[in-house]
Amino acid sequence: MNTEATSSPTALLEFRDVNTHYGAVHILKDVNLAIFPGELVCLLGGNASGKTTTLKTLLGMVTPTSGEVVLDGEVVNHRSISYRVANGVTMVPENRRLFKRLSVKENLLLGAYLRKDKDGIDSDLEYVYELFPRVKERINQKSGTLSGGEQQMVAIGRALMSRPKVLLMDEPSMGLAPALVQQNFELIQQINDEGMSIFIVEQNANMALSIADRGWVLQTGIVVLNDTAEALLANPEMRAAYLGEA
Amino acid sequence: MSATMSAPSSTSSAAPALLDLAWRRIGKWGGLCALAIVLVSLIGMPVGLDRRMIIEGRLSLGYLALVWIPLLFGYLVSKRVVLEGVETPDPGARDVFAGLCTGVLSGLGPVLLILGIDNFNLRKPLVNWGPQLLEQLTFGRGIGFGVAAWFGICAVLGLLGSLMHVLSKDVRRVVSFVAYGLLFISVLEAVISDLSEGFGLESLTDAMYAKRGGLTVKSSVILVVVIGVLSILTKGRVKVVTSRYKELQGEERKRASMLLFSGVAGLCIVLPLFLGKIMNELLANVGLFLLLALGLNIVVGLAGILDLGYVAFFAVGGYTTAVLTSAESPFFAPELHFGFALIIVILMAGLTGLVIGAPVIRMRGDYLAIVTLGFGEIIRLLFMSDWLKPYFGGAQGITNVPPVDLGFAVVTGINPRSVFYMVLVFCTLAIYVSWRLQGSRLGRAWMAIREDEQVAEAMGINTVNAKLMAFVVGAMMAALSGAVLAAKVGSVFPNSFMILVSIIILVVVIVGGMGNIVGVLVGSFVLIGVLGGPRQPGLLQEFQSYKLLIYGALLVFMMLQRPEGLVPSARRSQELHQEEFLQDAWLKGEDHDLEEAEAAEQATAGSGAEGADGEGDPT
Repeated sequence: MNTEATSSPTALLEFRDVNTHYGAVHILKDVNLAIFPGELVCLLGGNASGKTTTLKTLLGMVTPTSGEVVLDGEVVNHRSISYRVANGVTMVPENRRLFKRLSVKENLLLGAYLRKDKDGIDSDLEYVYELFPRVKERINQKSGTLSGGEQQMVAIGRALMSRPKVLLMDEPSMGLAPALVQQNFELIQQINDEGMSIFIVEQNANMALSIADRGWVLQTGIVVLNDTAEALLANPEMRAAYLGEA
Repeated sequence: MSATMSAPSSTSSAAPALLDLAWRRIGKWGGLCALAIVLVSLIGMPVGLDRRMIIEGRLSLGYLALVWIPLLFGYLVSKRVVLEGVETPDPGARDVFAGLCTGVLSGLGPVLLILGIDNFNLRKPLVNWGPQLLEQLTFGRGIGFGVAAWFGICAVLGLLGSLMHVLSKDVRRVVSFVAYGLLFISVLEAVISDLSEGFGLESLTDAMYAKRGGLTVKSSVILVVVIGVLSILTKGRVKVVTSRYKELQGEERKRASMLLFSGVAGLCIVLPLFLGKIMNELLANVGLFLLLALGLNIVVGLAGILDLGYVAFFAVGGYTTAVLTSAESPFFAPELHFGFALIIVILMAGLTGLVIGAPVIRMRGDYLAIVTLGFGEIIRLLFMSDWLKPYFGGAQGITNVPPVDLGFAVVTGINPRSVFYMVLVFCTLAIYVSWRLQGSRLGRAWMAIREDEQVAEAMGINTVNAKLMAFVVGAMMAALSGAVLAAKVGSVFPNSFMILVSIIILVVVIVGGMGNIVGVLVGSFVLIGVLGGPRQPGLLQEFQSYKLLIYGALLVFMMLQRPEGLVPSARRSQELHQEEFLQDAWLKGEDHDLEEAEAAEQATAGSGAEGADGEGDPT
């Protein structure tokens, strides 16, 4: 499992032999991950495989019982969420989860909550509007009144507003119609093309691997596969278990 | 309900069409109406409120408490849901007939009550079941007359209620204007007399109102004409003015707002000079509760923390002030000046907010509400306990809190006007702070926490700190109110800080509109000013014994019908009626992109369903 260069000094975000527990229950077992700048990587797995726990541990909602979470060369095991967000990790939550009663603009500004540079925030707002012209038309609308696709744009825009180095995405295909899933993944790829490192956690393996560079497969808290996206797509074991082919 | 209404077709000829009514609907509303009349009678409103006259010799508040019910139900029974795209028949004779039937049916309520009281004795369980009620219901003219009269009255009222739908919009406007206007002028008799006295116009009000209260018949006729003419004259004008104000942009709007603001401010400063003691006392009470409500609005409305023990901070404010300023403070009596004491009061409130907040804030939803409820009661019991009696005086409290000497004026409870001015200053401050906070980064963080705490945390918001801040700011405002109360009353007792205070402030915030400063303002004026606070009488002093009942009924009604409050912020109302909004947008095709996305989603969902059908068919 440790075949990859996980300890490479250039990794943006890294797991080194991470173990986590919920109470006495062992969730993640010696997990090693590494996300390098500019990469689009994905973590695949079924229900209860530990995907969400991995995300929570990366962001700091869960503290590992052993091992190290490394952000930009610094061990951040005991750093708060705020610290990690301020230093370049942001999550796009599952199902978008916008602040529905707040306007689109307020949602975006909340993404930049930890930033104090007003000019930077303004220029980043412009960047988001440029990226999603449809969002710009609705800045004063309550975000709960947007359609599913637009909400996804706002959710991504909100995450980008913190000027992250790594974007964590929890199940971006969840709760969207197939046409919108396609659109959403194209969007993710577009953002990645502009240089953003992205870490996707997905059940929809086909979709995720079609745009990712590399991927891991998690099963009951253990990384069982770790390869490039092409290799994973070609892997017969993988095809049987996750891609719905006998 | 609408389904049963629209079911009968309008194809049949006129006479059967009149009988072709939604009888189930009429039965339901008529029955409910009858029940409501019986309930109100047995609560004791007709007898208890009979003394207060609305129109001298003709209509008392007691009868009014009964007669509005069939009127309302008559209105409701022929109200229709207008669906877009579905043709709704114009209201006509059928609807009026439905109202009449509902009225007659509801007449069964008082009639059965009359017969019941006459034949059975249920005084033991039902206190108001007695000759007094019977006398009132039969108008003192015997059973037969009473029975006939109630059927007649209810029928006419039901008919009138449903007639409102048939009348043209303009007529309806004039009629409702006149009705509300008369009621308003009659109910606000005390204020109006007080005000006119201040302006030296006693003769006017003396002519208008009868000696024993209520409008005279003559003056009510004149008022009907005057209000009617006024309503015709103002038709459409108000809307034009408000829409013009809304259309104003940037600088101009700012100027208009400033003008409006200074107008209100001027009124607040000048008006009390012309008001008497009672009205000033009332205004001061409204201000005290407004201050409390503004604080709670931050905690509940913005940060979404349902704090049911809010009264604790009110108590801390009151007691801290009393201990620091009163010479009678049993243990520690520095006899500070109110101004110095106030600084310490605010610090103490902040500290208490932190101490109570820290353990509570980590809980969510129901648990938090229950725990805060407990804390609120604990604080009161501590002040009352024998254990702390040497420090806080136990049940006797601390007396002799001195008036506030400002050098140029003295604020004392004997002069309610001075108290009002002091409250006004604090309220202005609190409104300004609330307003600034709402648009600030912290305010945004609070709203984010209210919406979705987990995601707020993921955005990097330190949710524990932000919620504690809300608690502390709310506590400080409550403590300010408590300090003023102590100085106003001149003493503090544990029983002034009952859990009821928390509940009433919460109702004020909810009824006014959560998270909305104007809503809170209106809420405190309407509830505290008109109905009265937990111990403070309002304008409708007669309602004193029914106050809590009305509070409860109002809360239930608001939750069901208008959860966004009396003065909804655009935000709240949009969110609460979001589905309607989306539907409207979709129906009107206003929003092309939205429609497209929705259509795309529906198409995929539809194809999925078709696929399932296709699979199902061959087997």
